Amino acid sequence: MKKALIASVSMAALLVPAGAMAQDTVKFGILVALEGAFAEGGADGVRNVELAIEQAGGMAGGKTIEYVVAPTDTTPDTTVRQARKLIEQDGVDIILGPLSGSEGIAMRDYAKTIPEKTVINGISGALETTWVDPAENFFRFNLDGAQWGAGLGSYVVEEKGWTKVATVAADYSFGYTNFLGFAVDFCRSGGEIVERFWVPLGSSDFGGVIAALPDDVDAIYLGVGGTDAINFLNQYSQAGAETNLIGGTIMADQTVLTSRGRAKEALIGTPTSGALAEDNPDPAWQEYVKAYQDAFPEDERFPSPSLFGVGYYVAALAAIDALNEIDGDLSDGQEKFRAALADDPLDTPLGPVSLNENRQASGTVFINEVQEDGAGGLKNVMVGKAENVNQTLGMSMEDFRAMGLPSRDTPDCAALADAG
Amino acid sequence: MQGFIRRNPIWSLLIALVVAVLLWLIFAPWTDEMEELLGRKRIFLNAIFGGITLGALYFLVASGFTLIFGLMRNVNLAHGSLYLLGGYIGFEVSERTGSWFLAFPVVFVVVAIVGIILQNQVFRRMEGEELRQTMVTIGLSVVIADLMLWTWGGQSYTIYAPDMLFGPMTLPIISGVRSSGEIIYLKYPAVRMAILFAAIVIGVAMWVVLNKTRLGMLVRAGVDDREMLAASGVRIQYVFLAVFAFGAGLAGMAGIVGGTFQSLSPGEDTRFLLASLVVVIVGGMGSIPGAALGALIIGLSEQLGLVYAPTYSVVFTFLIMAVVLAFRPQGLLGERQ
Repeated sequence: MKKALIASVSMAALLVPAGAMAQDTVKFGILVALEGAFAEGGADGVRNVELAIEQAGGMAGGKTIEYVVAPTDTTPDTTVRQARKLIEQDGVDIILGPLSGSEGIAMRDYAKTIPEKTVINGISGALETTWVDPAENFFRFNLDGAQWGAGLGSYVVEEKGWTKVATVAADYSFGYTNFLGFAVDFCRSGGEIVERFWVPLGSSDFGGVIAALPDDVDAIYLGVGGTDAINFLNQYSQAGAETNLIGGTIMADQTVLTSRGRAKEALIGTPTSGALAEDNPDPAWQEYVKAYQDAFPEDERFPSPSLFGVGYYVAALAAIDALNEIDGDLSDGQEKFRAALADDPLDTPLGPVSLNENRQASGTVFINEVQEDGAGGLKNVMVGKAENVNQTLGMSMEDFRAMGLPSRDTPDCAALADAG
Repeated sequence: MQGFIRRNPIWSLLIALVVAVLLWLIFAPWTDEMEELLGRKRIFLNAIFGGITLGALYFLVASGFTLIFGLMRNVNLAHGSLYLLGGYIGFEVSERTGSWFLAFPVVFVVVAIVGIILQNQVFRRMEGEELRQTMVTIGLSVVIADLMLWTWGGQSYTIYAPDMLFGPMTLPIISGVRSSGEIIYLKYPAVRMAILFAAIVIGVAMWVVLNKTRLGMLVRAGVDDREMLAASGVRIQYVFLAVFAFGAGLAGMAGIVGGTFQSLSPGEDTRFLLASLVVVIVGGMGSIPGAALGALIIGLSEQLGLVYAPTYSVVFTFLIMAVVLAFRPQGLLGERQ
């Protein structure tokens, strides 16, 4: 009995100051993939949150920012388990993350069970996350996978004259969604998709698929990323690479361009589209890249921030910005914080970003082309951009909904070409 | 072989039939109806060859694994780490010297030495305690994986095949006939043919060593009855060391092969450990021909699955394993203990 009393008194003594201190700190949980195909990008995400916090002087709305990193392996169940750990054990106020598509959908559902907390998406790009039954407390300041594909289709038709393509894309939600953005644009510009191949995420041997690609096409669209992309390119060049390539958003990311070995050289001349352009002349972007390069030693970072990194940076920026606006007042189940997040457009290194009624961003998509950098490496060169791309890719809500959710067979290219 | 046919006439007939049909599908030109039913022949052929070369890679990894298990009853769960380590070292060697071929002997020796250290310093201390050994190998694999992550970082590495093996080569197999009547021969990446050839040579060499030499005799005797072999005056520790070194070196060389036609990155170690586990479970623990057969089946099922049923291709491998475990728990060519 005495023992129990002492124990509970000392427990209380330990807890009281912690409770008092909680008033002066705000705790971020960084939910990020640090295992599997996107491990490198995930690590860059963590670096960028650190950068954003450092730039804010470690403070937001008069409170000290603390953060906890919760590593996932890109599977939804691990993600939810880690998110639960962040909320229940670490007691975080705001979750920044997750990184990949199916994780995002899982987190949308989990967010509904924690209405007092707020989730700001890291860089996951599944359309469904903010399109189908969105959660009130789930915000996405990055464009979704479909938006990232927009602009590329019309570019290859108009600038390159490629009108017949076959596609190889990863068989999961991001693969479908990113492909949909490309296909909607491409088909409405008069392009034709001859054949679609879907490969499981994490496939390492694409020999059979490469052989099955048709000969009489202008280009092949590749919607794979990370190590899968490197494996594909390696095997594609070993099989005697012959056709032009068009890259999905994660095809020519830094993760692929900085890989060691020469597999990536098959990418030279490939147009891709995505959330960023490394050589974007916009001063806001230039400033951000410089800050990134100054903040970390050269061997611990990418030459310039990766897609994943920028996503997490913008998420942290949004959180800090909103906290400043409301002087760090997270009472009322973070009601004010969410209102502050949703209201005015946020200035980001990628240009202004505004949210729609689904708490989904509209913003700029950049078209890049892979070129040699003259020093034995590869770089992305910006060749165009599409501004104010919204969630429905310029279609009306009804038309976009009628087209159906991204899947292997959606969108129907012929139907879009007729309508466009 | 003849014993098997005598004992299982129906099974032998079935297997012979399947092999015959497969060979006919590969060599005979396809008619239009067949192309309609099965897709273009080029796709089928590429899937088959892709499966066989993938099987060759699996065989290189799994044969060392199964040999070590067969002799020492040691389930070496750090085997995948040896594969990845070999790949990374191979990348460094080929990058610095510019020679892909030189990487093989260097990696074989280096990884074999790592294997010797493991056997002599770690496993020997807990001989006969199989569970403990297995747990230690899990621990080691985690430690080695982290050390490799520290040294080589998380990015992907691909090893560049030498120019003479780069690009496709033409095989004397008809992949189709143009409407003009011209025959199209199958084009296939040269480096994969080289890997397949090397795997076959290594497989045959292993068979010869195991069945025709004194060392092979010792190893086979050790697999059957370790204690008896030790009691008859053989210094079994040396046999263990040799086998462990050879198995480890083989896994290291497989790492170069894997880095050449796939890529190397953290996580590949467990992927290949899992693959070799499945291969030896299907083929039979401790059996070299079993490893070859298992590797071939798993490689083919992965590639044919990827081409013809991409949604389920991941499932096939484990389905095969489950079926084998249900109906022939000792593996296709394993012996009942």
